[in-house]
Amino acid sequence: MAKVLVVTSGKGGVGKTTSTAALGAALAQTGQNVVVVDFDVGLRNLDLVMGAERRVVFDLINVIQGDAKLSQALIRDKRIETLSILPASQTRDKDALTAEGVASVMAQLREKFDWVICDSPAGIERGAQLAMYHADHAIVVTNPEVSSVRDSDRIIGMLDSTTEKAKGGGKIEKHLLLTRYDPARAARGEMLRIEDVLEILSIPLLGIIPESEEVLRASNLGAPVTLSSPDSPPARAYAEAARRLEGEKLEVTVPVERKGLLASLFKGKS
Amino acid sequence: MSLFGSFFGRGSKTSAPVARDRLQILLAHERTGNGNESDLLNKLQAEILEVIKRHIAVDQDKVQVKLDRGNSVSMLEIDIEVPQMRPSGQP
Repeated sequence: MAKVLVVTSGKGGVGKTTSTAALGAALAQTGQNVVVVDFDVGLRNLDLVMGAERRVVFDLINVIQGDAKLSQALIRDKRIETLSILPASQTRDKDALTAEGVASVMAQLREKFDWVICDSPAGIERGAQLAMYHADHAIVVTNPEVSSVRDSDRIIGMLDSTTEKAKGGGKIEKHLLLTRYDPARAARGEMLRIEDVLEILSIPLLGIIPESEEVLRASNLGAPVTLSSPDSPPARAYAEAARRLEGEKLEVTVPVERKGLLASLFKGKS
Repeated sequence: MSLFGSFFGRGSKTSAPVARDRLQILLAHERTGNGNESDLLNKLQAEILEVIKRHIAVDQDKVQVKLDRGNSVSMLEIDIEVPQMRPSGQP
């Protein structure tokens, strides 16, 4: 039975696309069949972050409008066989994203994959609502910063009221992914602590992604950070979050730079 | 620690607790104003007010209905401010 996951946040720029790519790759690496779906019609970027921007022929809107088959629009990742991308349209009007069209595509994706990960656009408008509508699980990406926490709270309210699950009397499973976290600054009282954010939002914690230069490097290269530098702290945090999604019970920690690796590099150079 | 140091410590280092407190206050208010929830709360407020008005003269804004979402339990808080107990119909 496929699981549909929405990666959402309300606020823009907190790491939805980065997290979609990294978690998608991490899940696919465990052998699961994964598709990442870009819902940001008009401002697609998941293809770029995943290094597939030159391979886009058809997109989600083409499939919805019947101009292409789903199999023609899906792009198979070159690094991981079990990972596919369904890009958003860059040029079309976002009104082309219809509720019926999305429902039909999601039903087809559920047939083909183990995990369907929907990368939501920022905001709380139709695009964001459609991205979350069919989800069984939601990953709420939050930065330890006031405007991000406020928007996440708003999104949690929407997840509990305007999704298919909520309307059917069920409950969407929500997970908090705290990104761009700086443990040193939090310890000095300069940044909201994990406990603060958890207390305010009161949803279970999926993972803490530490602030890291590796994240920008990964998007520069067009590779999910879990692939571009798998030993880096953010990559390890995403990999552990993916294992939690698969049901493993792992204690949540903030991964730190591996000293051993650095030391051995230095040794090699001198 | 010098006066200068403690002054700096106060100003620049402990902004996170301020952020937390501001968020907690803000979200407590905003959560009562979200979509369906607010419809329900407005209805509750109107109906509660109606019942009370039959017996006591109260102002619209003296009845506060709040819903706090918790992890497993949510709490519905109804706050009615009654200035002086007087039967209705009397000035």
